[in-house]
Amino acid sequence: MSITELGAGHPPDRTIDLAVHARGLVKTFGGHRAVDGIDLDVRPGEIFGVLGPNGAGKTTTLRMLATLLEIDAGRAEIFGVDVARDPHRIRQLVGVTGQYASVDENLTARENLWLFARLQGVAAPRARSVAAELLGQFGLEDAADRPIAQYSGGMRRRLDLAASLITRPPLIFLDEPTTGLDPRTRGQMWDTIRGLVADGCTVLLTTQYLDEADQLADRVAVIDHGRKVAEGTPDELKSAVGDSALQLTLAEPDEVPAAVEVVRRVLGSEPVVSPERGRLNVALDRADLASDVLIALRGAGVSISSVSVAKPSLDEVFLALTGHGTDGDDEKDTEESR
Amino acid sequence: MSTMIAPARETVRAADRVAATRRRVSMGETLSQTLTMAWRAVKKMRRNPEQFSDVALQPILFTAMFAFVFGGAIAGDVQSYLPLMIPGILAQTVLTTCMATGTQLREDMEKGVFDRFKSLPIARIAPLAGPMVADLLRYTTAATLTFAMGLVMGYRPEGGVGGVLAAILLAIITGWSLAWVFTWIGTIARSAQAVQGISMMILFPLTFLSNAFVPVETLPGWLAAFVRINPVSHLVTAARDLSNNALVSGEVAWTLLACAIVIAIFAPLSVRSYKRHM
Repeated sequence: MSITELGAGHPPDRTIDLAVHARGLVKTFGGHRAVDGIDLDVRPGEIFGVLGPNGAGKTTTLRMLATLLEIDAGRAEIFGVDVARDPHRIRQLVGVTGQYASVDENLTARENLWLFARLQGVAAPRARSVAAELLGQFGLEDAADRPIAQYSGGMRRRLDLAASLITRPPLIFLDEPTTGLDPRTRGQMWDTIRGLVADGCTVLLTTQYLDEADQLADRVAVIDHGRKVAEGTPDELKSAVGDSALQLTLAEPDEVPAAVEVVRRVLGSEPVVSPERGRLNVALDRADLASDVLIALRGAGVSISSVSVAKPSLDEVFLALTGHGTDGDDEKDTEESR
Repeated sequence: MSTMIAPARETVRAADRVAATRRRVSMGETLSQTLTMAWRAVKKMRRNPEQFSDVALQPILFTAMFAFVFGGAIAGDVQSYLPLMIPGILAQTVLTTCMATGTQLREDMEKGVFDRFKSLPIARIAPLAGPMVADLLRYTTAATLTFAMGLVMGYRPEGGVGGVLAAILLAIITGWSLAWVFTWIGTIARSAQAVQGISMMILFPLTFLSNAFVPVETLPGWLAAFVRINPVSHLVTAARDLSNNALVSGEVAWTLLACAIVIAIFAPLSVRSYKRHM
């Protein structure tokens, strides 16, 4: 931990070498522990992904770190500033883009940016030019003076992110930045997020999409039922479930139990049955064990419609870590039922 | 989106930014943020003109209705009822207008943009106080229309222009102060409808159990006792003295004192429950 001297009036802050440093975060909603003791360490300049299904506690965690929700237990620091003790300082350091567009629907895009700039103490003429700059940067010039109600989901999301960047905060929280976006808009959003890091920002994002975490994040924490079940680089997580993975699709989905039996017999390990019908994922210590499994399956009369051997995807990581798929949890999002 | 090819900009340096953070919002910042929020509320009013309908219609309808219905019974004829009634209507319309503050705030708070307001380093009171500053426009409209309607019906205030303006000003101050009560209700109630319901329950006794429409002497003793301490009665009496006699009576002081007490109690309550609740 480095010691950093700060400006007058502030006590010296310690852990400035971490952008986010959280220990044992807890949030309870009416007896239900939505967040149940989460630790997070985000390094400056990285994209950190919080991955989990709906209702896992991702948004609640983010909202606590952003001072939008009180922390029930545990503590958190952002660039060494205590979140619970110094919320006003935290708000100067963090830009928050929520899951739902948090811009004013009664105003145009230009007026929204102007409003948020003025509120943060940007002088009026400068606020106008900052708004214009951001509108250009996010490709919203043509729609700048149109009511937000006419905006597409992607445009709203871009405006929302633009509004979070007015003061160029060093840490940016993105809550499911691409949920509901089409693939092309999603790719553009990814480029924008990478651009933020290139500018020196740190990004903490939540996502339900495994490929998003895989594509963007330097490190990932997997969260399920308010607890962290794994953390590491996407590659580390993948190798945690074996060196490679054999993906089988059976010709007859009814034969899954028979196939599971064969895998147990040959490898002595348990395959993961995917929620997709007739699909099995088998973790392999060595890729050449795949042929043993295939031969045994043919011997047992189980026919296969497709087969592949690959590095495991985060989907398989998730299945292996939590025992259920990312779409297997239909529990209502606790943070939405506030 | 061309962040990647954006013109070369200075790199964001976290340590410098941490050092530059401030612990608190200054008074000047609070004021400027409140005015910015007021700008937003005025924009909103201009884009939803129906928000002005209650402000515009009520003074006109109520003045005419009350004058013709109660005029003969209470004051003998409509003309001699007007000096008694117009200040009463003034108090009533301003109160109804400030009741809408709570309902609108509640609707506003349920929108996503309030989440952003909460995440910004701004004074917690600004998103509440801003719309209230913008509401001064609505009080002014309501109060002016009440007197205008009175003039049309033949009311000739003896207090002259100065007296009438002073009465309007006092009504605006009272409306703004009492709006904190409804703002507080706006932050504690479950829905905009609930705010409306609770506000009505407060508003009706306050306006009708006052001397706004009938002389206190005609009331039974126990009721007269309540009517005498009701802040609305003080406002009505003060406004009558001002507009009918150009007299700044002690009632003005009582009204202002009541306003100060209401603000001192309900402004902090509102901010606290807004912070906890959202």
